[in-house]
Amino acid sequence: MTAAGAFAPPEVAISVEGLSKKFGDRLVVDNLTMSVRRGQIYGFLGPNGSGKTTTIRMLCGLLTPDAGHGTCLGLDIRTQSREIRKHVGYMTQKFSLYTDLSVRENLEFVARLYGVPRPEDAAQQALVRLGLEGRGRQLAGELSGGWKQRLALGACILPAPQLLLLDEPTAGVDPQARREFWAQIHDLAAEGLTVLVSTHYMDEAERCHEIAYIAYGHLLARGTVAEVVAGSGLVTYVVDVARDGRDPGAVIAALSKALSGNPAVKMVAPFGISLHVSGHDADALEAAIAPFRAQEGLSWRRETATLEDVFIDLMMRSQDMLR
Amino acid sequence: MSAPPDIAGFFRRVAAMVRKEFIQLRRDRVTFATMIAIPLLQLILFGYAINTTPRHLPTAVLVHENTAASRAILAALKNTAFFSLTHEPADDAEAEHLIRGGDVLFLVEIPAGFERALRRGETPQLLVAADATDPVASGNALGALSGVVSSALARERFVDAAGTAPFEIVQHRRYNPAGTSQLNIVPGLLGTILTMTMLIFTALSVTRETERGTMESLLSMPIHPVEIMLGKIIPYVLVGVMQGVLILGAGMILFSVPLEGSLLLLSAGTLLFITANLATGYTFSTLAQNQLQAVQMTFMYFLPNILLSGFMFPFAGMPVWAQWISECLPLTHYLRMVRGILLKNAGFADLQSDIAILAVLMLVSMGIAVARFRQTLD
Repeated sequence: MTAAGAFAPPEVAISVEGLSKKFGDRLVVDNLTMSVRRGQIYGFLGPNGSGKTTTIRMLCGLLTPDAGHGTCLGLDIRTQSREIRKHVGYMTQKFSLYTDLSVRENLEFVARLYGVPRPEDAAQQALVRLGLEGRGRQLAGELSGGWKQRLALGACILPAPQLLLLDEPTAGVDPQARREFWAQIHDLAAEGLTVLVSTHYMDEAERCHEIAYIAYGHLLARGTVAEVVAGSGLVTYVVDVARDGRDPGAVIAALSKALSGNPAVKMVAPFGISLHVSGHDADALEAAIAPFRAQEGLSWRRETATLEDVFIDLMMRSQDMLR
Repeated sequence: MSAPPDIAGFFRRVAAMVRKEFIQLRRDRVTFATMIAIPLLQLILFGYAINTTPRHLPTAVLVHENTAASRAILAALKNTAFFSLTHEPADDAEAEHLIRGGDVLFLVEIPAGFERALRRGETPQLLVAADATDPVASGNALGALSGVVSSALARERFVDAAGTAPFEIVQHRRYNPAGTSQLNIVPGLLGTILTMTMLIFTALSVTRETERGTMESLLSMPIHPVEIMLGKIIPYVLVGVMQGVLILGAGMILFSVPLEGSLLLLSAGTLLFITANLATGYTFSTLAQNQLQAVQMTFMYFLPNILLSGFMFPFAGMPVWAQWISECLPLTHYLRMVRGILLKNAGFADLQSDIAILAVLMLVSMGIAVARFRQTLD
């Protein structure tokens, strides 16, 4: 239907090697290598300031990398960024459509810039698809957070891009809207669209085909969720506190305090009335928790580490590594 | 691997940008109202309230003799609208007090024995002290004074009416014989208002997008910086034309400002001037980090325009270095052009150097704007 339709995307949507970016003296992205296959939903995770946004901006040509090279949709990110822009939809972290234009005017503006034929019709179709028919004349700035996000995604996919770059698209959006959003992302991916999405939410990471975890500019782990969890080598025990009249919070706090001093215990994190105790060395961890296993009112079981445990562990390790 | 130039795409994207800017302009009621209110308000204020040839200036007369000559002089002063004889101090001290305290702007003193000396041909002295702290206020009246006095005395036959009077001063004000300041003010206002509004609007345009975060999105779309610039400038060219028509129309209706020269030349020159200002404003917009800075830059630039362009103070009266600065300001050239076309029937041949300089200034600022505009967020 559009110019983008004539463009045959390669099997690898994103392939970059050794990407680095400095702001002043601060190295924001350090020697990042990654590749994303076509039709994949690729989750980009990492703490605030880890370089996620910077990487996304380098991919769509908004920032020039200081080192490294790569391609986006088979086009060179250094020399063909103008061409890349025609086939990439970038949804910024902050709402970046015009708040003083109506929903329809925003969509028409995007359609015209991309040269979509019959922009009025394209905008109308997008409104219907987004379930925004009744709100076409409303100013974009007056929409609620969920609708704004829906509109922003709608504007991104209106020119029929081959690749979507979504920077924390669901921040501040309610669970139902998030669920609908992810359903839509999966539909788009099924049609062959590649999606790179950055997020802080673990449940969202688990909805991705593959994930990459970056912290302080370094790519620390990547693969499917199961691969990342397995690759972490993290051994986790979950301790449930029995409801036996004692204050479970106090029990957890005491246990947490007692364990966190032990070098074999890398991480202690309370979850309601249970506690996650993790370490890398299974034997050492076993020894560390041995004195508490017999304690009355506690039931211990070994479990697979959660993605959150893995990420927090990765983050702490990368901090140690960089110091 | 660069694609062939995409002419249709270029026009399509610029048109999309223009359309978007117009919608935003229409929504921004305050800005829209300002565009119409500023020219009208300024024109009326300057036209009616501010007058650089003020009349009925308070004057004290200290007359030491009551003779036909002194009565003739006083009557003549009263007859000119410049002077209003408000005080008759009793002595020098009181007269001095009046002028120092600002109660009067002029002090006219006719010494004793003035008429007798006049009859004897001794060229007696008529003392005039003027409060020259505001030269604009006193200058014209002072200039008129000697002529008024000599003709009054000639009428009373104290001096030879045949023209042998040694102090008769011929005053001939070309182009504005009545000294009507509106004739000078209206063309000047046309230039300053266009400078002000055009600068402000474009200076804010890019910084506004950066501040709101929409620039990041815009840059990630397939649009070239030149297309963005043209898309942002074109709507304001129309706004500028509208303002120009408003100012000139009101000037002609309210103050009978003439149009001696060619309307076509005036329109072409105005269009050039508007574009030069828009390009300058756009340059500020690419230099400023935020809207506040853009406004500050605009005022920094606007001030010398007002002071040095010849709008407020005569160009000829400035020192050479100031004239050089003045030559670099688009307003200077535009004022010459507008005053020339409106009042003096100046043609293209008379104004070609001003037009050429204006065009150069426009191209330079456009070049800087395009060079400064970042296609990336680096």
